Amino acid sequence: MLTCFIATKGGATLDQFLQQIVNGVSLGSIYALVALGYTMVYGIIKLINFAHGDVYMVGAYVGFAVTTYLGLGFIPALIISMVTCAVLGMSIEKIAYKPLRNSTRIAVLITAIGVSLLLEYTMMYFVGPEVRSYPKLLSPKVFKFGNIIINMQQIYIVLTTIVLMIILQYVVNKTKVGKAMRAVSADKDAAQLMGIKVDNTISFTFAIGSALAGAGGVLVGIYYNSIDPLMGMMPGLKAFVAAVFGGIGSIPGAMIGGLSIGMLETLVSGYGNSMYRDAAVFAFLILILILKPSGLLGKNTKEKV
Amino acid sequence: MSLLIGCGNDAVENGANNNTDKEGIKVGINYELTGGVASYGQSSVDGILMAFDEINEAGGIDGKEIIPVVIDNKSESSEATSVATRLMTQEGVVMCLGPATSGNFMATIPVAQSNGIPVLSSSSTADVGVTIDADGNVYDYAFRLCFNDSFQGVTMANFALNNLNATKAVMITDTSSDYGKGLAKNFKETFEAAGGQLVAEEGYVKDDKDFNAILTSIRGKDFDVIFIPGYYQEAGLIIKQARDLGIDAPILGADGFDSPVLLELAGEEALTDVYFSNHYSSLDEDPLVQDFIASYKEKYGVEPNAFNALGYDLGKWAADAIKRAGSADPDAIRDALAETKGFEGVTGTFDMDENHNPVKSIVVIELKNGVQSSSIKVDPN
Repeated sequence: MLTCFIATKGGATLDQFLQQIVNGVSLGSIYALVALGYTMVYGIIKLINFAHGDVYMVGAYVGFAVTTYLGLGFIPALIISMVTCAVLGMSIEKIAYKPLRNSTRIAVLITAIGVSLLLEYTMMYFVGPEVRSYPKLLSPKVFKFGNIIINMQQIYIVLTTIVLMIILQYVVNKTKVGKAMRAVSADKDAAQLMGIKVDNTISFTFAIGSALAGAGGVLVGIYYNSIDPLMGMMPGLKAFVAAVFGGIGSIPGAMIGGLSIGMLETLVSGYGNSMYRDAAVFAFLILILILKPSGLLGKNTKEKV
Repeated sequence: MSLLIGCGNDAVENGANNNTDKEGIKVGINYELTGGVASYGQSSVDGILMAFDEINEAGGIDGKEIIPVVIDNKSESSEATSVATRLMTQEGVVMCLGPATSGNFMATIPVAQSNGIPVLSSSSTADVGVTIDADGNVYDYAFRLCFNDSFQGVTMANFALNNLNATKAVMITDTSSDYGKGLAKNFKETFEAAGGQLVAEEGYVKDDKDFNAILTSIRGKDFDVIFIPGYYQEAGLIIKQARDLGIDAPILGADGFDSPVLLELAGEEALTDVYFSNHYSSLDEDPLVQDFIASYKEKYGVEPNAFNALGYDLGKWAADAIKRAGSADPDAIRDALAETKGFEGVTGTFDMDENHNPVKSIVVIELKNGVQSSSIKVDPN
């Protein structure tokens, strides 16, 4: 029945569509990992951390260094990269954002852009502007379902993303520190009065968000086999769109947003015109901001004056 | 670096001293020795100096030595202009070689025109602005030794039609570079004029990494070859992702593929049935080419690349023009350059056309498992 269906012309189109879904989910998983960091940081200190895409870039380079020079495998590389990025994220928060916690939001936002450029060009100074390629970590095996091809990297990307999200949901909803995060997010001053260590909680949030970005960086390095010091700019912006679409501040929203942006890009390239792909993503951002600024799962909050 | 500049200055002083007893001919070398495209400039200069050494060892040009005056332009077009000015007005060179890239070379043309001293490039491939301006007027004093981008597009279209018997092609173009767009335009015109059909034209921009969506939609179509007008950085990823999706059609490109990074990005298995046009191939069995490779290895200890070969030819061609001019007068040399017929170089034998471009053969290289497995010389027209 299935083979008969595939043999028809309708089957070829269906195959193509399913293959595009596979492409979209792989790409979207990476956006989702990066979008989570944006949304968590925004949720807790109302800052769009524009340096987040560059933390993802640093994660990719750490993964590159430990796999190329130390010869480590996928899992150790992923963990080392996540830990390094967590430390980097906390340091950025301590050095750049904490002194400005009571300043205007625009001051912190501009600082974030400054940190982003600092990370990009410091990295370029040390590693040079040229692209580098990851060593082969995963078997080049591909799985064929009729005409649909799924490769090992895609399976690892989706599985790693799912596992990390389950862990994140557990941490945020079931642990004490997760409870503290939610409390600080709801009302920082009240949380402090209740004895919650706000500084530690904010540090922890940056650590988790940055670790997820680091994981995204390693996955991208393995998937596309090409990393460079400016690789964080475009995915960073798209993950930001994903976070806004899902409802900034909402963790499930970031996951849905990431997958949706990945699918949108893939379908526009695959069925529309590949030159309009980026335009479509940013046009979508404008539409969300006009029609539903709070995003899919965001809370409608009144701005306090 | 400072060593090279030092050499240049020494050469100038020697030249001044030699003027009394033995006359020398000064040739300016204005290349990118530092900065973003330093690897192009250094490779070219290595080739040029090797050619000059050979000529001087063989007694020079009618008894006169060639004295290279090497100055670094730091890969900046403004610096290229001032280096050209210095070489022409202070150092008294009879011609200038370089820079390597089209943009930097163009910046030296106004200086050449106003001083009446020829400038020659070994590797500026842009269609417009290098030897002719936007209105098609020829710059009197600008010449090049390499073919231009449109010729590569035409050649690859003919190669697809005639050598691979392709009738249907797919094109994935780097739309963010003039290089990619120029190649794409010429490929399309030639391919369609010969009855071929472009079943899909996709585009991407510099630094894109995900081509799966484009490739999946292409996979559903019926085609014989894929043409990728672009540079190795993205082409490597397109080739890898295409092969991963089970697309095994031949993939064609141009000299933008010529980098070891292509192999790193695409991987060995993916780089099979991949063809690209280039200036020269080390597989060429022509004794001229094999002699060049042997003596280059002896002198520098490494295999020469296309820029080395182009630089070497440029040095030899410059000397040939001075010899035919019969004097060190820049205008006589200019006329000799324009009248070049049947110059035999390692990158091919060529005549100059009326637009100061060489009419020369091009090499199409086949990659199998990531290594050059064969090369085919394609003559113009």
